[in-house]
Amino acid sequence: MKILLTILLICVPVLGQQIGNPTTQQGVIPARGVFAIRNARIVTVSGADIESGTVVIRDGKIEAVGTAVNVPANAQSIDGRGLSVYPGMIDAGTNMGLVEVPQGANGTVDTSEVGELNPNAKAITAVNPHSAHIAVTRVEGITNTLTAPTGGLISGQAALINLLGTAPKEMAVVPQFALVINYPRIGFGGGGFGGFQAPVNLSETLTANERQVDRIRKMLRDAEAYGRALDAYERDKSLPRPDRNVVLEPLVPYVRGQQPVIFRADREAEIRGALKFADEMKLKPIILGGNDAWKVASLLKEKNVPVILTGVFSLPNREDDAYDVLFENPAKLQQAGVRFAISTGDAGAEVRNLAQYAGMAAAYGLSKADAVRAVTLYPAQIMNVADRLGSIEPGKMANLVVTDGDLLEIRTRIRYLFIDGRPVVLSSRHTELNDAFKNRK
Amino acid sequence: MKRFISKLLFLAIVSALPITAARAQRETSSETLIKNATVLTVTRGTLTNTDVLLKNGKIAAVGKNLNASANARVIDATGKFVMPGIIDAHSHSMLDTINEGTLAVTSMVRTEDVLNPTDVDLYRGLAGGVTTLNLLHGSANPIGGMNSVVKIKYGRPASEFLFPGAMPGIKFALGENVKRSSSPNTPGVTRRYPNTRMGVEEVIRDAFTRARDYKRTWDEYRAASGKDKNLIPPRRDLQLEPLVEILQGRRYVHAHCYIASEILMLISLADEFGFKIKTFQHVLEGYKVAKEIAAHGAGASIFADSWGYKIEAYDAIPYNAAIMTRAGVVVSMNSDSDERARRLNIEAAKAMHWGDLTEEQALKLITLNPAIQLGVQERVGSIEVGKDADVAIWNAHPFSVYARVDTTFVDGTVFFDRQQDLARRPELAKERVTLEQAEPNKPPARGQSPQTPGRRRPPTHEGGEFIEEERP
Repeated sequence: MKILLTILLICVPVLGQQIGNPTTQQGVIPARGVFAIRNARIVTVSGADIESGTVVIRDGKIEAVGTAVNVPANAQSIDGRGLSVYPGMIDAGTNMGLVEVPQGANGTVDTSEVGELNPNAKAITAVNPHSAHIAVTRVEGITNTLTAPTGGLISGQAALINLLGTAPKEMAVVPQFALVINYPRIGFGGGGFGGFQAPVNLSETLTANERQVDRIRKMLRDAEAYGRALDAYERDKSLPRPDRNVVLEPLVPYVRGQQPVIFRADREAEIRGALKFADEMKLKPIILGGNDAWKVASLLKEKNVPVILTGVFSLPNREDDAYDVLFENPAKLQQAGVRFAISTGDAGAEVRNLAQYAGMAAAYGLSKADAVRAVTLYPAQIMNVADRLGSIEPGKMANLVVTDGDLLEIRTRIRYLFIDGRPVVLSSRHTELNDAFKNRK
Repeated sequence: MKRFISKLLFLAIVSALPITAARAQRETSSETLIKNATVLTVTRGTLTNTDVLLKNGKIAAVGKNLNASANARVIDATGKFVMPGIIDAHSHSMLDTINEGTLAVTSMVRTEDVLNPTDVDLYRGLAGGVTTLNLLHGSANPIGGMNSVVKIKYGRPASEFLFPGAMPGIKFALGENVKRSSSPNTPGVTRRYPNTRMGVEEVIRDAFTRARDYKRTWDEYRAASGKDKNLIPPRRDLQLEPLVEILQGRRYVHAHCYIASEILMLISLADEFGFKIKTFQHVLEGYKVAKEIAAHGAGASIFADSWGYKIEAYDAIPYNAAIMTRAGVVVSMNSDSDERARRLNIEAAKAMHWGDLTEEQALKLITLNPAIQLGVQERVGSIEVGKDADVAIWNAHPFSVYARVDTTFVDGTVFFDRQQDLARRPELAKERVTLEQAEPNKPPARGQSPQTPGRRRPPTHEGGEFIEEERP
């Protein structure tokens, strides 16, 4: 807190105003403008680090980066000496904004629809911009999350959002980024809880599993046919007009391979199953979970399928796995040339610890630079937004974090935060409760 | 279910492998000299270029240029860090079962009776520098079962795990878990009392009222039996005996709690009956009533930053450790999870990130403070001559996210060593292949699954607080 106060004291004279708006004023989002972070260490991520340079932000975008940058006369300036600028971190495997309190408060849970097949459930519809989780997360340097529904076999569509805004539309970077499928687990129901009881033997298990895969296959084929029928009608209006179908319609771009399909799959059998299924259906797959991805590395590489790893801090799947098998998973994928990102895989509360997930991977073999990429540029590339997010380059969205040290280190503090070029005050429900009680006598 | 596929192997055999290896590992010299390390003593600051001599299970010397006898194992720890073994004041590791949840008061049951020393998560904890655990009963009832304090002597029989001299303790619990807030109403089944925080207070009050009477009955019997040898002793009550020990100050109370009002309730009840709460566990709203907790003399054992997973956790803030520490509360950082237990160093460092604790204060959260809370502070929790040789060597400062444990000692014996672990992996992989190809492990014809031995423990120990409502 002392640091926060110091920041306020420092930036008031420099900027002539407080940067951003307190989260208590939820109806107001901070204005864009022209800002210059000067004489800071700049970790561009996409290129070499700049030991002392300037980043200029204008109207939401990064305008210039480098050592010889002209600071616009009207820029609000931040003295970056001793500080480092990083791109904001991205967690590509959350349910941020879809759930406030998972246990004992069902009314706050919007992750999972009734039934097994819900391609029309769109996360962006239900994201709560005023969730306490959002400010709690962003003040730790996470500027973006992929927010995904979780239920059934086909869960719905995930949204890539900025962790700032007063309406889902303001937050959306890609409102419908991917279709999310829980690839059926062998010996388990179709993802989440609610799976059926254990079948008594292996052949029944495999049959049950195949039945679930079949349900997904059938729906995707229906969507293909639906798309063809719509196209045919567009070309030839003399044909019978197909009825519109709100469930199948959103699937069309996914079954045509135009947009990615995220398969939740942790174990080897499910990852291989998902890859085979994606081949068969000509989908554009991304694996989410990926605890056993190191076992499937050569195939993932061959198919060029990226993995969003959510299990760095999970216990190993098997009792005879090496103790560090999941700490090492990212390093092994890196060595094998598999594209990957590191995620917390958390609903919301734990997402703020994303840096430690990446740091742990670096403790077990991943280079520190790759660990930073695994929570910035790599997820941006996997989500096809590397032209907008994930590194510090002119033209990109100004989602920036200014720290007093190594981004992934636990003791490092975030000093300034920009999302969409808007300066964000570093307060949250937690800083507010701290302020309210820390001096209680 | 989660481990269905792995059950296709002979798990019992495979999972025994690390134990065999651990057994081989501990055949090390009874004297080890760790040379030229940065030593985080916890009580005497950080010492650079310092040696630590472990001898006969104790820390025999800490200083520069120490000498050891000729047969001592010498470890060059240049560039490395030595810290005391981490103490986890809230664990359910190695417990075959955690909750006796059928009654509101189960003070008669003991976690000591259900210790499974082959739990592989113990080894994973050692690999995170953890050496001592407080194994608590779950939080299904206002007064739960008795806990066990153990050292992680993985590979040895359960009896050798028990920490001699640790204070006996017991689990209490308040709030949502006790109210069974997340249990569905089953038609035809009466809910277990209590159902409110009012009822929780009454259950504890009733139990201590009975315990006080029971104690009086025994006191009167003992006083009178000196004069009259023919008196019949009162019937022993195994439920009330531990509560009498609490009244006598011979058993520590570790009370699971969340919100400010229930914390104040228990303090006031304990004051009324004349006993102390040794630790409040979780105590997520402790920061709201820090001065009352300090005034009672209770400790607090908390999560670094878990929050929002249920209503009573919605006001949790990561500044909890700092606010309570500054109010004079002895605070520890626990795992309550086999997963989190592996990275308690990170959890402690968070108290520097949120709340500005000093490095020494933050180190104490996982060393000396939990030792105090378990009554073992004379034995462990800092690097001092005469204390037990429970230490870990880290390849970087343990508060760095990039740090990793090289070697963990318990009573001077190596129970985890990364190089040995790495060295035996190829051999284990070979053995696994052999086992998978063995005739008894092949799936029989007609797609039947092979017979597998039943598991001795519940399928998962991780994150119990968040998965099973009655766990911690």
